[in-house]
Amino acid sequence: MISFSQVGKRYRGGHEALRDLSFAIADGDLVFITGRSGAGKSTLLKLIPAIERPTSGTVLVNGQNIGSMRRAAVPYLRRNLGLIFQDQKLLYDRNVFDNVMLPLAFTGHSHKDAARRARAALDKVGLLAREKAYPVTLSGGEQPRLCIARAVVNRPGILLADEPTASLDATSADEVMQMFHAFNQVGVTVVIATHDEALMRHAKPRVLALSQGRLDA
Amino acid sequence: MSTWLRQQVQTLLLTLRRLARDPVATLLNVSVIGVALALPLGGYLVLQNVSSVSRQITSNPQVSVFLARDTEKSEIAALETRLKGTAGVRAARFISREQALEDLKKSDNLADVVATLRTNPLPDAFVLETGGSAADLAQLEAQLKSLPKVDHVQFDSAWVRRLESLLDLGRTTVLILATLLACGLVAVTFNTIRLQILTQKDEIEVGRLIGATDAFIRRPFFHLGLVQGILGGLAALAIVYGCMLILNHSILELARLYDSDFALSFFDFNDSLAFLTFSALLGWLGSYLSVSRHLHAFEPL
Repeated sequence: MISFSQVGKRYRGGHEALRDLSFAIADGDLVFITGRSGAGKSTLLKLIPAIERPTSGTVLVNGQNIGSMRRAAVPYLRRNLGLIFQDQKLLYDRNVFDNVMLPLAFTGHSHKDAARRARAALDKVGLLAREKAYPVTLSGGEQPRLCIARAVVNRPGILLADEPTASLDATSADEVMQMFHAFNQVGVTVVIATHDEALMRHAKPRVLALSQGRLDA
Repeated sequence: MSTWLRQQVQTLLLTLRRLARDPVATLLNVSVIGVALALPLGGYLVLQNVSSVSRQITSNPQVSVFLARDTEKSEIAALETRLKGTAGVRAARFISREQALEDLKKSDNLADVVATLRTNPLPDAFVLETGGSAADLAQLEAQLKSLPKVDHVQFDSAWVRRLESLLDLGRTTVLILATLLACGLVAVTFNTIRLQILTQKDEIEVGRLIGATDAFIRRPFFHLGLVQGILGGLAALAIVYGCMLILNHSILELARLYDSDFALSFFDFNDSLAFLTFSALLGWLGSYLSVSRHLHAFEPL
């Protein structure tokens, strides 16, 4: 459950990225956030895992208030969120398997259990055969899938993806979208920020259209 | 196995793997720390050995009591009884002036000199075995001097007391040296950890974004500091041990000339362990300071 009520975000320097934003995303929803570059999509997504904090209004994630959350509580919030970054943020000095193992190291799974989960996640995104490969050797279509595997390995309740298909051709983008639909079908809340309207042609998902930091009516 | 323990072990293994991956850098760091620690440690080893020798000597110092020339036999007997009854005197041995001259004649170097003497210049003397603290001895000295017919009292341990104060000076020097080089060790660790943090900038950033706690992010750096401190401490022990073996070769030669079997002996297990703990703590301190100072550079919040 994610709820925004009259949320504003003003960056240091005065740029106002979000203004008076109110909406709610129920558990199990699949929601697209659309809008042109600079409309505030990334900022909106960053507020949910407390990468940024709102400057006004209230952001609630699973009942927790992001604005007033203590620093020490933030890691535990993020463990229940799967984050897929626009720039992927993969670790290039370790192989595919170890990249996916990373979030499991924080949570103290035994190596055996962690390895099993990591392979399951890699299997879901179709990268199991490449677990020994290093991220630089992955194709442009494979890198976002690795990022997805890392995001879902902890079995989060909410998946947040910022332009997951930005660098992909139409076929690869479709494959990635099918993965998100599959996760959504097993009950994961999925929030995807994208400027690519073509992604929504298969289903009729809920769309939050942003324009200059506000929701388009 | 508890989660905490498992994470500690996993981090330790990761740290060791990282150190092994770059053996040249590891070796250099460890030798810098090792050499820095070896200096005060070696000084301490020498001090410890010399003070144990000086303690053996001071524990029952000999006192020579020289009598006046005109002392009668009856007076000597009375004095002997009195000396034996004095507190702090364990044994008293009388050496007559004739006997002293005979002893002197027996020594190789002085026989010729003694032969040229027309009269015996030596006084009668008592050699006392004593015991007790430094204060007791000072009191004894005053007491002996006040006895009738006692001409001169000489503590054979006077030079030992001088040695003691020299040792005190040595201890202070080693302490200063140790403090300075301990700061050096902390600085070396500080810098190593800083470089390590920069190297792992991406990992730290990504880790933070996907749910690593501060404790988790800091842990590997603490481990690195600790391990480096321990390895440096081991290197210092090895350096000092090696130097000791080399020195002992020469010391044995020298000691033989003085009819002694003195040689440097190494620290016992407990001392070595205490030293390793100390160097590990210094390594930890260096990494703690570095982590507190540098990790804030990557605050995503």
